[in-house]
Amino acid sequence: MQVKEYKPLIVAFCCNWCSYAGADLAGNNRLNYPAEVKIIRVPCSCRVNPMFVLRAFQRGADGVILCGCHPGDCHYTSGNYYTRRRMAMLFSMLDYLGIERERTRVEWVSAAEGAKFAATMNDFAEKVAALGENKRLEDLRCKK
Amino acid sequence: MQRIGVFVCWCGSNIAGTVDVVAVAEALKSEPGVVFSANYQYMCSQAGQDLIKDAIKEHNLTGIVVCSCSPRMHEATFRKTAAAAGLNPYMVEIANIREQCSWVHKDMPVGTEKAIILGKAAVAKVNLNTPLVPGESPVTKRALVIGGGIAGIQTALDIADAGFEVDIVEKQPTIGGKMAQLDKTFPTLDCAACILTPKMVDVGQHEKIRIFSYSEVEAVKGFVGNFDVTIKKKARYVKEELCTGCGDCVSKCPMKKVPNEFNLGMDNRKAIYIPFAQAVPKVATIDADYCNMLKNGKCGVCAKFCQAGAIDYTQKDELIEEKYGAIVVATGYNPISMDKFDEFAYNQSKDVITSLEFERLTNAAGPTAGKLLRPSDGKHPEKIVFVQCVGSRCDACNEKGKEYCSKICCMYTAKHAMLTRDKYPDTDVTVFYIDVRTPGKNFDEFYRRAVEEFGVHYIKGMVGKVSPEGDKLIVQASDIIANKQIKIDADLVVLAAAIEPDKSARPLATMLTASMDTNDFFTEAHPKLRPVESPTAGVFLSGACQGPKDIPETVSQAGAAASKVIGLLAKDKLTGNPCVAHSNEMMCNGCSSCERVCPYGAITYEDKEFRMPDRTTLVRRIAVVNPAVCQGCGCCTVACPSGAMDLKGFANNQIIAEVDAICK
Repeated sequence: MQVKEYKPLIVAFCCNWCSYAGADLAGNNRLNYPAEVKIIRVPCSCRVNPMFVLRAFQRGADGVILCGCHPGDCHYTSGNYYTRRRMAMLFSMLDYLGIERERTRVEWVSAAEGAKFAATMNDFAEKVAALGENKRLEDLRCKK
Repeated sequence: MQRIGVFVCWCGSNIAGTVDVVAVAEALKSEPGVVFSANYQYMCSQAGQDLIKDAIKEHNLTGIVVCSCSPRMHEATFRKTAAAAGLNPYMVEIANIREQCSWVHKDMPVGTEKAIILGKAAVAKVNLNTPLVPGESPVTKRALVIGGGIAGIQTALDIADAGFEVDIVEKQPTIGGKMAQLDKTFPTLDCAACILTPKMVDVGQHEKIRIFSYSEVEAVKGFVGNFDVTIKKKARYVKEELCTGCGDCVSKCPMKKVPNEFNLGMDNRKAIYIPFAQAVPKVATIDADYCNMLKNGKCGVCAKFCQAGAIDYTQKDELIEEKYGAIVVATGYNPISMDKFDEFAYNQSKDVITSLEFERLTNAAGPTAGKLLRPSDGKHPEKIVFVQCVGSRCDACNEKGKEYCSKICCMYTAKHAMLTRDKYPDTDVTVFYIDVRTPGKNFDEFYRRAVEEFGVHYIKGMVGKVSPEGDKLIVQASDIIANKQIKIDADLVVLAAAIEPDKSARPLATMLTASMDTNDFFTEAHPKLRPVESPTAGVFLSGACQGPKDIPETVSQAGAAASKVIGLLAKDKLTGNPCVAHSNEMMCNGCSSCERVCPYGAITYEDKEFRMPDRTTLVRRIAVVNPAVCQGCGCCTVACPSGAMDLKGFANNQIIAEVDAICK
């Protein structure tokens, strides 16, 4: 039987002002990163409810990454500070539940950092792929 | 159920080169809600937009998904297209299959698969979109300028000349700011007073400008277009409307030993004073800390001699409430305190002065009537040493100074050195510098003239120590180019002190919810593209409150800020961003979690009556979002423990639908 090559499924939440623009710049500069990375646009990284991260894992995501403006550069002044704290809490809880730390990440990518965006996604996808499939939180009822 | 149309753009070969657009359009056809699907070479072209418009009308579409370039590029375009066809513009979603798909993946099947998934996520989202209507709010057609230096003056004049009312709030008794204290200005050596005072007079006489001098902003409420500002007019014990500025009171006042802050304490003024001859408004002010009448009830000389009857010892601080549509911050800068810099002996010797003090010493209206004399003994200094970067460009861990370059010091030091050599050719002038930074129009030429024409000695190296010895000052320094330690004696040492934002800026920023950087400079909305706007809507930045600036730069920024203000005040109504937070009042329990995280103060609470099933009423505290203030970051939605807060356009169920579509 032919074994299908394992590709991780990665959900990336990007803030509209910095990281989403950084991802656009990566595209403009034709910097490759794995197609498994799917970007969801949010106004600010602080819009990402921990519920969304849990939902992604429940539906079978192998990794979730949040990207926002650098500390001090948030379009909304302070949103990314909330993100940093909320996600530190959430990721530590997920770690306790058996979702490895490498599957979750918060990264600051500015609108000028297309290269950083691509490098971050390559690195993150590689680390997640090395861990293999994530089954811990997956809800099989979601898969038909 | 929505009726969704999907429009897949080829973008020439930009998308179609890596993504099978026909397959994408075909695959999305079977998604829930999709009733129409098409692909076209250039959706953003007129023909492409017409295709969308026709489809909306023909198929009665209630929502559309455009699979194309980044929404940052053409979301606005397609929203307009939808609106032109009678569809609510917020029923449009973009699947970014160019920047985030075709351009970053090379393989056609991979790209196509991802494009389909991104399209599905957009369809899932648009299924949950609701038509949004931006709110409107009126605009108070009056601007407030905080700070009456050259930045505030120029901004106020430009706004007033466009026909809008402007109020200037200045904490000193007169407008003019730092520029009024300067002698000459680089690189043209215009006399500062000659170019500033006509502008001050213009401000004073302009029918659209009111000056609140000796006043401070006490509180700011409201939002863009509708600020409610409380201004504290400090008691100056002189009735402004009666005072003619004749100065009789000043000449008769017996209290002579008050340090004159306008001359940086280098001479004395009276307890009742007019800061300088060209002050605007030219009104006397009584310094309550020194006035005998106010302190002990004995004196009253000024009241006796005032023919206008303007003196009023019973005056109290007055609070004035005003409404404004826009606020310009022009709080400016100050040189940092030299107290921490013991090595330069600033506090030990009167002959170690800062550059601003030097400016007063050379100013004809200064303490020495413009003669360059040593503060200690009144002799003419024969050897002057200028030290640059005192407190500027310091190590991050050195708490004494600032990390940034103060920008103006190289040029004013060159100016001081040049003018000294010009007026007193027998004076020996040495400048110690780390780097000479002169990037400005005619700036480097100016500096080179100081060196080449006026024979100023420039030595690359930092001064380590200044020690008073007899009536001389011994300057120990390193000469980096000669690679040696040197020791020279000087009669006067001038320190180019770093500049920092005015102390009033931080509390003001809190009042305005305008953000600041770690150095207390105001942050601009975008460092390149929105340099005179604060991230807080309706708050604009002018001059050195945003960063160190020289006069030409300050004036151009002041004009830019004014043009932004005029653009705002010219509108009768402001259209807001409809993607704002809103609270479900049935779920909200008024806990204040959202209010605490809101960076804009957009959330308030009100007690609302709810009708109970048994026909009684229940009063509950609920959160209310002001849509005109909310910027739509969504921070509150996550903080809300009951899930009452949601963000329009990026609602919880919409984002979850996207997650589900991607993870399917």
